[in-house]
Amino acid sequence: MAAKRKIPVKTRNPDLIRGVGKYSRSKMYHKRGLWAIKAKNGGVFPRHDPQPKAPAAAEKPPKFYPADDVKKPLLNKRKPKPTKLRASITPGTVLILLAGRFMGKRVVFLKQLSSGLLLVTGPFKINGVPLRRVNQSYVIATSTKIDITGVNVDKFDDKYFTKEVLKKNNKGEGQFFEAEKEDKKKLPEDKKEDQKAVDASLIKSIEGVPDLKAYLAARFSLKSGMKPHELVF
Amino acid sequence: MPFKRYVEIGRVALVNYGKDYGKLVVIVDVVDQNRALVDAPDMVRGQMNFKRLTLTDITIDIPRVPKKKTLIEAMEKADVKNKWENSSWGRKLIVQKRRASLNDFDRFKLMLAKIKRAGIVRQELAKLKKENSS
Repeated sequence: MAAKRKIPVKTRNPDLIRGVGKYSRSKMYHKRGLWAIKAKNGGVFPRHDPQPKAPAAAEKPPKFYPADDVKKPLLNKRKPKPTKLRASITPGTVLILLAGRFMGKRVVFLKQLSSGLLLVTGPFKINGVPLRRVNQSYVIATSTKIDITGVNVDKFDDKYFTKEVLKKNNKGEGQFFEAEKEDKKKLPEDKKEDQKAVDASLIKSIEGVPDLKAYLAARFSLKSGMKPHELVF
Repeated sequence: MPFKRYVEIGRVALVNYGKDYGKLVVIVDVVDQNRALVDAPDMVRGQMNFKRLTLTDITIDIPRVPKKKTLIEAMEKADVKNKWENSSWGRKLIVQKRRASLNDFDRFKLMLAKIKRAGIVRQELAKLKKENSS
């Protein structure tokens, strides 16, 4: 087979309709200049003999033939797409968490992580919600937006939030009860520093808007007469 | 017991069902026992069943089936828009619309304002009670 061209050649024979070209075979022969190529090569169309192929390495017969024919599952080349972020969720939006420990808390959205989860913070001083990941499906986006320009969230990604692997050391029963006492893990200091750094500029922009601090400190709940499908968030 | 609002040419009505829900329209002709020809400055003139209309107190002075220009001039002369927005019915509808469009943050601010107002009222009441009892 001749080498494939990188750019497909533009055809000199425009279509009148699909399947019918404008020029006949003899006209196309002339247009493509095949007569000039032949003339340059002494009346014969140049041909290249096939290049000598390197001799294929002799294949050894396999040492082991499996007893049964096992079917291989089909190859799956599907790459999952990154989670689509709802148009109502932009950096600085106030979100209402719907499930989990912080159910009902109003929280500030920072950015979407590569796993598709949303990075969110209370701020911690206002409502006790730390830097946390949350799934889009468990969130209501309100139309209240906060100015988030002073915040640098580049260093946070999914790896920041993975649990530390505990080293297994003791298997003796006597030591079991002692180990339980020191079970409570303390938050490392650098995580606390990160929280403070992110929240510092956020709290300043929050205090610029009247009542916003109290709003974020309060929890959302459905009261009598509120119809969720009619509420504007 | 007698009726006060009559179906007549020039009667302004509120649409209470259908695509034009909530709009103010003018009855420009009566088709038969159940239907009227109805027109408004921002819609194409068409027929509507009386069941879809609620009559208002406002009437305007127009000939039968006026041209759009005449209709708009007559509505301006009678000042339908302002009369409607100042009537208690019209004001109620405006408040309903405003309440329905409140944001979650707006609802929170409203709650704070209500609590504050109630606090002030209760303070005054307590003052008055004290004055009266002493």
